[in-house]
Amino acid sequence: MTTPDRRDELVFNLTSPGRRGYSLPARDVPEAPLEGALPEGLAREAVEGFPELTEVGLVRHFTRLSTWNYGVDTGMYPLGSCTMKYNPKLNEAAARMPGFAALHPLTPDEASQGALGVMYALAQMLAEITGLPAVTLQPAAGAHGELTGMMMIRKHLITRDGSPRKLVLIPDSAHGTNPASAHFCGYQVREIKSSPRGTLSVSALAEAMTDEVAALMLTNPNTLGIFEEEICEVARIVHAKGGLVYCDGANMNALVGRARPGDFGMDIMHLNLHKTFSTPHGGGGPGSGPVVAIKALEPYLPTPVIVATPDGLRRDYDRPLSVGRVKAFQGNFGMVLRAYAYIRTLGPDGIRATADNAVLNANYLRVKLRDDYDVPYDRLNMHEVIFSDHHQNAHGVTTLDIAKRLIDYGFHPPTVYFPLIVHGALMVEPTESEGLEELERFVEVMKRIAEEARTEPGLLKKAPVTTRRSRFDEAAAARKPVLRWKKE
Amino acid sequence: MLEAIGVSSIDALFEPVPERVRLQRALDLPPAASEPDLMAHLAALAAQNADATRYAVFLGAGAYRHVAPAFVDQLLLRSEFYTAYTPYQPEISQGTLQAIFEFQTLVSLLFGTDLANASMYDGSTAAAEGATMACRMTRRDRIVVAKTVHPHYREVLVTYAANLGLEIVEVGYREDGTLDTQALEEASRGAAVVLFQYPNFFGIVEDPRPIVELARRAGAMTVAAVTEPVAMGLLAPPGALGVDIVAAELQAFGVPVGFGGPHVGVLAASEKCMRQMPGRFVGQARDTEGRIGYVLTLATREQHIRREKATSNICTNSGLMALAATICMAAYGKEGLSELARLNFDKAHYAHAALAGAGLRPRFAAPFFNEFVVGGLGDAAAVQHRLLDRQIVAGLPLGPYYPELADSLLVAVTEANPVQEIDALARALKG
Repeated sequence: MTTPDRRDELVFNLTSPGRRGYSLPARDVPEAPLEGALPEGLAREAVEGFPELTEVGLVRHFTRLSTWNYGVDTGMYPLGSCTMKYNPKLNEAAARMPGFAALHPLTPDEASQGALGVMYALAQMLAEITGLPAVTLQPAAGAHGELTGMMMIRKHLITRDGSPRKLVLIPDSAHGTNPASAHFCGYQVREIKSSPRGTLSVSALAEAMTDEVAALMLTNPNTLGIFEEEICEVARIVHAKGGLVYCDGANMNALVGRARPGDFGMDIMHLNLHKTFSTPHGGGGPGSGPVVAIKALEPYLPTPVIVATPDGLRRDYDRPLSVGRVKAFQGNFGMVLRAYAYIRTLGPDGIRATADNAVLNANYLRVKLRDDYDVPYDRLNMHEVIFSDHHQNAHGVTTLDIAKRLIDYGFHPPTVYFPLIVHGALMVEPTESEGLEELERFVEVMKRIAEEARTEPGLLKKAPVTTRRSRFDEAAAARKPVLRWKKE
Repeated sequence: MLEAIGVSSIDALFEPVPERVRLQRALDLPPAASEPDLMAHLAALAAQNADATRYAVFLGAGAYRHVAPAFVDQLLLRSEFYTAYTPYQPEISQGTLQAIFEFQTLVSLLFGTDLANASMYDGSTAAAEGATMACRMTRRDRIVVAKTVHPHYREVLVTYAANLGLEIVEVGYREDGTLDTQALEEASRGAAVVLFQYPNFFGIVEDPRPIVELARRAGAMTVAAVTEPVAMGLLAPPGALGVDIVAAELQAFGVPVGFGGPHVGVLAASEKCMRQMPGRFVGQARDTEGRIGYVLTLATREQHIRREKATSNICTNSGLMALAATICMAAYGKEGLSELARLNFDKAHYAHAALAGAGLRPRFAAPFFNEFVVGGLGDAAAVQHRLLDRQIVAGLPLGPYYPELADSLLVAVTEANPVQEIDALARALKG
């Protein structure tokens, strides 16, 4: 028997006139006359096109959508560079405490000491973890932190030398946000080639480093999951020419408690609270991208800065050299609070153990899978490891096919085709959240997929077959974009 | 595991880190706290804050407390939503993708625009990116911004523009709190864009049509910043009035004020802006079986493909908060949002009359929505401070932003303020 199935409908097609899914507080004031109270012709009586559903109708619709999704709570999510670690539930409860959630961002300092206290304490912890004492929690995400950090560098150079310089050097393995952030800060970008060992080429850097260069932006551990062993020499070369080193902190989760960027010559970096410090990724945000820097860069921090005074904590706006404000209010406080709770529940040993286990897990996957998949840089890696589809190409199978087949076996695929310098990259970051059993299961499935690539490549080409939707024609979608529903 | 890897200890895994920079001590952090101990500690910190469950709060100014249905937060706690990331793999991300497609549609309908993106960090960064986008599109480099735009938004704009060689010209307001259109006419000559706020920072409902008209004549685009989207239940949408780009903050829809974030920005615009928009788009697609679904699309604008030539450096945006706004907008529905807006309008007008009755001086005569300015308070910051003792957070003292308004408070009243709170505010300000 077939029945009509409306489970894949848009909310706009589930509407029925007169239904309502909300209730408002009782009216306790009289109606104010509307005539003459608004400019002529500006009144609106309804939002045409908005749907009308009952509460249960809405709840079923959005619950259905949730079941067509995959999160860390569903299973292993080894999306390299994104650090999809478990999000402790305690943090969600903390963020929903009314004393924080119902606190208006412009509440005077004297009446928001608890919230300012959380911010001040987290800033101190991040300074200790990174060895970089000047902190702002204002940026809303990693890329926003990059932009903020580059602005601080620019302002510093203008103040120091009278000129911001022209160029920013960026390795070819970098995240795309790095060149974009440098560009939006008014810099030209010059790419530096990686060495055959997968690290920044020191000789290429030395050649490119001139007094035109404002900064080197690099990620450490880099996007290949490799620690830049010559990092101290790298920093020396940049500093010798009066430049600064910006560290993309996306991979700080590999180093917490083991090494501090401030100790290896980094001048300024952002941290992704949604990566290293477990705040949920939310299906693409919200993030939070605090910036930490050396003392010399402190005057340039965005306003406001939370400072301790004898009368308590306050937001300091009087900072003449500041780059200015980068966001309304004072940052994604809800994420700051979750990160604070995370660090406090782990303590110094617990947080170091997250880095230890993340690195252990990633190395384990490398050695377990290196007979089946090409490992372009087969050496001790940090929190993530890069494979490629090189062996599978012989059977006409690509990274995309491997990724899609993983879905059929219940795993979220790794990051694919990044970093750009590895052809057909599969970037696997298991994080510390996975136990040995889950890693073994992943290894077994990856081996089975390698076997299928040899014997039945058609299976991979069709994958995924267990999902509500199969592969999409994304090129057609981009050619004729349909970006919204419209009434028939 | 160590044996399989071929190392003798965990320490050995960190050998690629040069020995002299390996940390040889434990981090100086507080010791681990158990779950109940930490919750008790956080509860003690929370109790130091004047939140709206214990205080009568009349702060708005870009963050508004509204009563969202309980199921909004329940649905946000579906962990398939909140523990997922950017939907790079559409086959297992249809939930997030369809929700964003619905978000883009609801936002377009709300603001009367052709399209909307998948969200920005917040309203302030959306406004700055909207203005810089207009500079790219017009190939001009002057941004005209009304002084009646949220001061934080203007500050962010100055920060963003400083490194891009863009010039910013501010245009003041008239005695009634509306934009000085004469000064605007002058300033907009040769400008790329005019940025104004609707309703403006003082809560005033200003007619966008003359502004659009002036800008058009000067060949400039227009960006309307909207910080209180509930007003759209009662006001003609900016897109329908000829505004090119709407840069909005949607926190009012199901997102807690939360001491400033995470909130949810968005850019909505006319069709011609599509390929210059920052941020992500979700589009409709068909799978190999011909079934309709949703994918990330038009990615060639974005940083992971275009790198330094991208339309913005934005990557992670405000996905979960956009989901909250989606559910909340769908819950209010076609007529509910107008009903909610009307209740806000009525309460604010009741409060306006109550404060005038208590002898306070309304600062501006122009029409307003759910927020207004009262003056004649002497030192408004001192008045705000005094009222804290009576469990009232009495609006925003305007002196730090507008020195000429140091005697004034910006007072927001929503459906979440019962009449008893409003009456208490009037009594307290009188006494």
